[in-house]
Amino acid sequence: MTVLLSLLLLFGSLSLLAFGGGNAVMVAIQHAAVDQHHWMTTEQFVDLFALSRAAPGPGSLIVALVGQKAAGIAGALVACLAMYLPSSLLVTLAARFWRRHEKAAWRFRVEQALVPLAIGLTVGSGVVLALRNDRDPSSWIITIIAAAILTRSKLSPLLVLGVGGLAGLLAG
Amino acid sequence: MTVPVATPLPEPDLHALPAVEPAPSTLLLFLAFSRISLLSVGGGLTAWIRRLVVEERRWMDEPRFLSGYALSQIAPGPNAVNLAVFVGATLRGARGAVAGLAGLMLPPFAVVLFLGWLYGSRHIPRPVEHALDGMGAAAIGLVVATGLRMVKGGIRSAAAAGFAILTVLALAAGIRLLLVVAVLFPLALLVLGRRRS
Repeated sequence: MTVLLSLLLLFGSLSLLAFGGGNAVMVAIQHAAVDQHHWMTTEQFVDLFALSRAAPGPGSLIVALVGQKAAGIAGALVACLAMYLPSSLLVTLAARFWRRHEKAAWRFRVEQALVPLAIGLTVGSGVVLALRNDRDPSSWIITIIAAAILTRSKLSPLLVLGVGGLAGLLAG
Repeated sequence: MTVPVATPLPEPDLHALPAVEPAPSTLLLFLAFSRISLLSVGGGLTAWIRRLVVEERRWMDEPRFLSGYALSQIAPGPNAVNLAVFVGATLRGARGAVAGLAGLMLPPFAVVLFLGWLYGSRHIPRPVEHALDGMGAAAIGLVVATGLRMVKGGIRSAAAAGFAILTVLALAAGIRLLLVVAVLFPLALLVLGRRRS
């Protein structure tokens, strides 16, 4: 019970602090899970991180794995609800507000300003991810070729990801 | 035997198509998000969401989607999850938000727990790790491609292009996302948010 409470408090507070996405709080999660609560070792955390990346869905689902490691299925459920509900509630309210002012002149102006920033944030987050994760030349080549193909063609991303995986296997 | 005459297909005229399709039911919303949640192996989930919402189903046009995307980046919480909630809430209100969240989370949640149970405390074999690295690298390419695909529908002036490029450079230089937005958004509002064309 105390473990569930710890999970609730940990992820509930991180949910509204995770500005810039799940990666922003990964260090805090690792610190809490390994050093503070001793739910796992550093090596186990790194493995869970790889596992959450391999699985489909949001990368932030490592939250479920940490919860599972700490307190089984109940732990996974509590961790996820605590992590995802507060921020989702906030976004729901923001979307409602946004829709209410559909026709407002200020909304049009804000949208004009937000669109180029959103495009920049998307490309930029890709660049940041590449700088952080592409540690060898072969990874860079895979990233660049995948980006070029997916920008210019309507090929299924799944196919490109599959080929990327195969290339990684052969290069590794 | 008649040989079919190869008439060139007419170029699809994007402007002739309706800009936006009617909003889907909450059930369809849930199912559509479930599908992409399972497809998004290796990362790049926001790219899959854009593909679904803007390109495949045309539930939103690019500017509407992009403003939601910016919002989901700025708001705390995982971006892809925020984006699904924004799309659901915009199309179908609170029930839509729940459908988006549940669709995006439940199937991968089950898969992740299964993997976690399977993994126990074993190590992940090296070849699997290499394949994952390759897949992850391709997924990063998918994210970049998604941004580049948005340029066509989203960038309408040299000034707008300038702000997009500045944003990329600032992030690449390691400046925190919140700071980048806090500085560039007011400037963009001043420069780009004037006329209604």
